[in-house]
Amino acid sequence: MSVFRALVRRELSAFFQGPTGFITIAAVLFLIGLGFVIVLSGLNGQATPMPVTQVFYSTYFFWLILLLIAPIITMRSFAMERASGTYESLMTAPVGDWQVVLAKFAGALIFYMILWMPLLVCSLVVRFYVGESAVLGLGQMATSALGILLVGCLYMSMGCFASALTLNQAVAAVSGFAMGAALFFTGFFSYFADDRSDWISQLARHVSLTNHMESFSRGVIDLGAVIFFLSLTALFLYLTHKVVESRRWK
Amino acid sequence: MIEVQNLTKRYGQHVALDGVSFSVGRGEVVGFLGPNGAGKSTTMRILTTFIAATSGTVRVGGDCVFEQPMRVRKRLGYMPENNPLPLDLRVADYLKFRAQLKRLANGDSANRIAGVMEQCGVADVAGRFIGQLSRGYRQRVGMADALLGKPELIVLDEPTAGLDPNQVRSVRKLVRDLAGGHTVLISSHILSEIEMTCDRVVILHEGRLLASGALDELMAKANAAIVAEVRAPLTDAKEWATQLALGQAECAEQPGGYVRCRFTDAKSTDAREKIFSSASERGWPLRELSRQAQSLEDLFVSLTRGKEAGE
Repeated sequence: MSVFRALVRRELSAFFQGPTGFITIAAVLFLIGLGFVIVLSGLNGQATPMPVTQVFYSTYFFWLILLLIAPIITMRSFAMERASGTYESLMTAPVGDWQVVLAKFAGALIFYMILWMPLLVCSLVVRFYVGESAVLGLGQMATSALGILLVGCLYMSMGCFASALTLNQAVAAVSGFAMGAALFFTGFFSYFADDRSDWISQLARHVSLTNHMESFSRGVIDLGAVIFFLSLTALFLYLTHKVVESRRWK
Repeated sequence: MIEVQNLTKRYGQHVALDGVSFSVGRGEVVGFLGPNGAGKSTTMRILTTFIAATSGTVRVGGDCVFEQPMRVRKRLGYMPENNPLPLDLRVADYLKFRAQLKRLANGDSANRIAGVMEQCGVADVAGRFIGQLSRGYRQRVGMADALLGKPELIVLDEPTAGLDPNQVRSVRKLVRDLAGGHTVLISSHILSEIEMTCDRVVILHEGRLLASGALDELMAKANAAIVAEVRAPLTDAKEWATQLALGQAECAEQPGGYVRCRFTDAKSTDAREKIFSSASERGWPLRELSRQAQSLEDLFVSLTRGKEAGE
C-alpha cells in the first residue's frame, strides 16, 4: 500500500513541478468562472424551473473543460515515462503492472478533482447570496459532484489508455481527445431517438453523457449511469493494463 | 546466480538474440562485451524482467524471470542504458521515492539513502534537481539507485558511457568495491573497461555468444601483434621479417633510416626475445619492441576466425 501511495504522490508531484499544472488550473478556473457568470446573468430576473446545477451542465463550458482538459491531464502519464526511459527503471522495481496503472489513473483523477474545486466555491457563493436553499440544494451539489467524479473516471482511464499506446505526449493528447470527443458526440444521436424504442435509440440514450450528467445535476442518482461510467472505466483500465503487460508477451 | 539457457529474442524478422547460454556465479563481477547492437541491452532487459524473451529460460537466484518477476525484481538493482532519471526531482527525493518502491522500511531508508549517497559521491548535490546535474553526477545518482536496496544482483548497462576519464575512473573504483558482496553484471563496448573491473567476460556478437570465460584465457587464445623498429635497409628488413616466420609481417620505412615491422599473426607464445636476439645478431640497432594490447575489434576478428576454422 505504501508503494501505491508513493506512486500516486509521484504522479501528483509531476503536475506541480513545472508550470503545466498551474497553467491548467488557471485556465480551468477562468473557464469555470466565466461559465458561472454567464449562467447567472442569463438567469438574472428570470424564473427557471431548473436547479442552477442543471443549468450549468447544459452550457458548453462544462463539456469544453472536460473534453479539452482530460487529455492534457493524462497525456504525460505513460508516454513521458516511456519516452524518457524512466519507465524501464519503474517497471523493473518490485511494483506490479496493476499498481502502476492504478496509481497513474488515481493521480490523474485526483488532479482532475482538484481542477473542479473552484466550481464548489462558486456554488457556495451563489448559495450564500441567494439565501434560498431550494435554488442550489446540497443534495443536488453532491450528486453533481458524483457525476463529475464518474465522468472523470471514464475520461482519465481513456486518457491513460491513449498515453500507454505511444511514446509521444502530443499523440497521446490527440488520440485521447479523439476518443473522448467521439464518445461525447455519439451521445447526440439520442436527440434523434426521442420516443423511439428500438435498440439503436436505447443504446444512443445509454451512451449519452449529457443525459447522464443532466440526471445527476437534477439530484438523481441513476444506477444505469453509474454502471455505465464504472464499467467503461474498468474496461479502459483493463486495456491499459494489457498494453503495459504486452511488453512481456513473447 | 544467473542461469541463461538458449535465450532467443526476435523483434519481428530481426533476430536480436540467437540461442545464447551462459551462467554467472554468486559474487562474480562479469563483463558483457560486444559492439553496439550485439544484444547486450536486450539480454539485460530480459534478465531484469523488463521484456520477455521469444524462447529460452532465464533464472536469477533460482527464480524464473518470466514466471516470478516480482521475486527477481526484489533482489535486483538495475541501471538501464543511458541512465534515465526524472529530471524534475531532487536527488534526495528521487532516492526516497525509489526506496519506497523497493519497500525499504521507513527508519532504515533514511540511513540507507545517506549511505548510498556517500558511497556514490552525490551527498553534496542531495538538494539539487537531477535536471541541473552534470552527466557524471547523474550517472552516480543512477548507481546510487541501483545500490539502494542492497540487491544481490546489480546490473549496470554501460555505466561509463559518455563520462570523462576521471569520472570513468571513479565509476570503475565503485564497481570494484562492489565485488564480493554483490553479483555484478556490467556491459560495455570498450575492452579495457571490462579488463579492469571484471573477473569474467561474456562476449556477444550479432546476437550470438562468441565466447565466455576468464578474460586472460580469452586473450591468450587471440593472436597478439608485435611491433619492432630496427635501423636497417628496407629490403634487408623485409627479408629478415619473412625469415623470422612470425606470420604476416608488414614493414614500412620510418624517418632516420628505421624500418617498422608489424607482426600481426604472432602466436600467443611471446616472440619478442627471438626478434631481439636475431636483430642483435645482425648488428641492427633496435629502438622499439613491443607487444600491442589488443583492441576489441582484434579480439573479435580472432575469435570469429577461430570459430570459423573450428567449424
